[in-house]
Amino acid sequence: MTQSRREFLESCGALIVIFSAGSLSVLPAEGQGPFATHPSHIDPERLDSWLAVGADGIVRAYTGKCDFGQGIFTAQSQLVAEELCVPIDRVKLIQCDTSVCPDQGTTSGSQSTPTNFNTENLALAAATAREALLQLAAVKLGEPVEHLTVADGVISSSRGHHVRYEELIGNKHFNLPLSSTAKRRSPPDWTVLGKPIPSLDRIALMTGQFEFVHHVRMPGMLHGRVVRPPEMGATVAHIDEQSVRSVPGLVKVVVRKNFVGVVAETQYQAGLAARKLAVQWNPGPELPSQSGFFEYLQKRPSHDVLSVDSQDIEAQLASAGCVVRAKYTYPYQMHGSVGVSCAVADVTLERATIWSATQSVYPSRSIIAKLLDKPIDKVRVIYVRGSGCYGLNGADAVSFDAAILSQAVGRPVRLQFSRQDEMMWENFGSACVVEHRAGLARDARIVAWDRKDWVASLGNRPGYDQPGNVITGMLLGYEPELPKPGSAKPPRGKLRNQSNTVPSYFAGCIGGSCGGDGTIRSERALTHTVRSPFFTGPLRSPLRIQNTFANECFMDELCAQAKADPVAFRLQHLRNSRVIGVLKAVATAASWQARPSPRADISRTQTVSGRGIACVAYEGDNGYAALVAEVDVDLQTGAVRPKRFVIALDCGPVSNPDGLRNQTEGGILQGMSRALVEEVTWDNRRVTSVDWETYNSLHLDYEMPTVEMVFVTPADVPATGAGETAITVTPAAIGNAIFDATAARLRTLPFTPERVKAAMLESAQSAERA
Amino acid sequence: MKKITLNVNGQRHIVAVDPETPLLFVLNDELGLRGPRFGCGMAQCGACTVIMRRQIVRSCVMPVRLVGQDEVTTLEGLGTPEKPHPIQQAFIEEGAAQCGFCLSGVILTAKAVLDTKPDASDQEMRDALGGILCRCFTHTRMLRAIRKYAEARRA
Repeated sequence: MTQSRREFLESCGALIVIFSAGSLSVLPAEGQGPFATHPSHIDPERLDSWLAVGADGIVRAYTGKCDFGQGIFTAQSQLVAEELCVPIDRVKLIQCDTSVCPDQGTTSGSQSTPTNFNTENLALAAATAREALLQLAAVKLGEPVEHLTVADGVISSSRGHHVRYEELIGNKHFNLPLSSTAKRRSPPDWTVLGKPIPSLDRIALMTGQFEFVHHVRMPGMLHGRVVRPPEMGATVAHIDEQSVRSVPGLVKVVVRKNFVGVVAETQYQAGLAARKLAVQWNPGPELPSQSGFFEYLQKRPSHDVLSVDSQDIEAQLASAGCVVRAKYTYPYQMHGSVGVSCAVADVTLERATIWSATQSVYPSRSIIAKLLDKPIDKVRVIYVRGSGCYGLNGADAVSFDAAILSQAVGRPVRLQFSRQDEMMWENFGSACVVEHRAGLARDARIVAWDRKDWVASLGNRPGYDQPGNVITGMLLGYEPELPKPGSAKPPRGKLRNQSNTVPSYFAGCIGGSCGGDGTIRSERALTHTVRSPFFTGPLRSPLRIQNTFANECFMDELCAQAKADPVAFRLQHLRNSRVIGVLKAVATAASWQARPSPRADISRTQTVSGRGIACVAYEGDNGYAALVAEVDVDLQTGAVRPKRFVIALDCGPVSNPDGLRNQTEGGILQGMSRALVEEVTWDNRRVTSVDWETYNSLHLDYEMPTVEMVFVTPADVPATGAGETAITVTPAAIGNAIFDATAARLRTLPFTPERVKAAMLESAQSAERA
Repeated sequence: MKKITLNVNGQRHIVAVDPETPLLFVLNDELGLRGPRFGCGMAQCGACTVIMRRQIVRSCVMPVRLVGQDEVTTLEGLGTPEKPHPIQQAFIEEGAAQCGFCLSGVILTAKAVLDTKPDASDQEMRDALGGILCRCFTHTRMLRAIRKYAEARRA
């Protein structure tokens, strides 16, 4: 089977290879759709780029949004089945292959649902196809479209005649543009979408048959390993190739500037060679100390952006009855995929084919073309699922590395990182500092809120032209994306809140137009982006989770200062009906008892309990969530134990309720792990959290809290993203629950027992002083 | 290189490999098995788990020369897509996966525990799963699936 794969790819672009559940299968071309076209001919405006009906009645759909465990493969299959009125098992979805799928950029940012499930792209293509098929049937059956009905891929006329899709269009092009007027089937009529269809990868996963990118094998394939520098900024001084002369099976030591790798016949031999290769490195710069890192961040030159500035903040704060100040900090955290990143590359003189778990097949194709100095149309990147990535893990870097190694040896190379390669060199979630000042009026309303944040940043997704944004490119001499120091310009245009910098309670007024979700009109949000000593990049809810932790915990501080109930106080400062909707829904679902925090009856017993709440309009308008956390805190040890989470979620019409539940449970529990234990560590030279002993994650023995959820679905709203909404509010809700239980305010993640004890001590001391 | 005989999932295989090669690499590269996967190479995460002598073994740190004639069972050795093992069936019914990379560790560890102690408590089960990592945090569904299988097994 694997042998046939290469032959097919070598011989002809008119064949499709599908990597899906079960075994590899090679499908013949059907002379339709994008099958035999040159990549640049995949025109997203044309129906045939998205859909093809085979003579066998199978509907093949092509998407640029891929599934890495979040369930979008199943949901997109449902979408096509729904719009075309065919059973889901007749839909074959082909995801993210640059030779056959439309370029939809990167699968990220909770954008797959808004992009493909509303009125454009895949959804529009499927609706266009249904209407086109009805038109064809009307001609064939001699009756107007209004007299036709469609079910299971069969169109029936009022006079009792039938025609199947494949009889109308099987193996033929539609030759139509997407129709902007094609009508989506409306949610009340759905029979496939909106249903808890079991994820289509399930049986293959549970029985060990599922093909991950780690399993791709090619005839004549070699195994590679990279030899990374010991620290950031180190450069190659000398390489002693004699040191690996005795390693059996060694094929080549590959060096390009500071990129070093080895290729051998087997994985084991490649590992031996990587360990034995003697490389002398010139040291990199000393790292800023971890203990003083947040202060360091605040003193560095920065690129400044004002999201909103009412220009009256100082005057309003000066006249406020009471001003509350607080500083929040958030550490670097890791994607920390459970499987290391892996890719297979087959680079010949003619062309390059890369099997990759990247979220960005098209951007990666551009980068690989640049690194290999090949024309872009000779490079093909085929998505094969890897271990869950949660953003930019090592998948892009390992694909670039594999391509370089394969080019160097002229044979297919499979490259799998070591655990340390993965954890030391991934693009971490950014460390941040947020400083708040807010003024309360005599009636306890917030009259002014000033907020500044400092974000550590270096690199990012490589996009189509910045290889230096990840480690491979930097080792090859490409510059990473850097914040350019400069002061902020006055905000202009519409409020942009993609990173949830601006709290939900801001009116968000720019030039008289108020795009925020709240009522506070004296407002300022200023972001300083600072060069990070480590690579950073999108990690599930990038900057949204950091900002929401700081914003929602500080809001809780203001509630406490006002001696107000945290739900009621939030509602007083909100205008957005969807944020209000989820807050009210979660309060009901969790049987929230209205009272101020901390609870008045904090006992002196061993364990105290509390509840906290947090809410968000994810990215400003891409999903709405409110979460109640109930936690126990051990007063002796400072250990925090979440017992129950209740979430209300509004992401518009839900494509698959079971998939959404799975994502939401996972999001909350991953958020809990980040809140309680996760933190990247380093010494004065290098990252020291490089495996599962040194980077903490909650393992399967952790006694998990219960998770309950309600979905709020207003009528006639578009579908939004959902995979990152729940995680965004989790650290804040836990922090607020700890405060409710103990009167101790945690302003830094993770909430380790030591930090909780220190905060409790500080809270007791300040109570005594008062 | 040395010829080594292995008994895996009820079949006998002869492979020619360096005897120090970790069992995992042999299962993946020589036998084409997909169930056990490389997560860390240090027995810290469980993604490479197999069962030998009713015990779970981390195949990423087990040199193939130490395997001997013991039967090795991988995730695909339990059941097939057409006829999944009851514990696999419970995971299918509960949808207890997201990316699914960690499943060998979760399913095989739970099975090994219940094979030895069918009435293992939730606490005993969690203790046994202490070395298993799921970064998608599908914990709740996985434990529900394990409980479902354990109850059906006792019934």
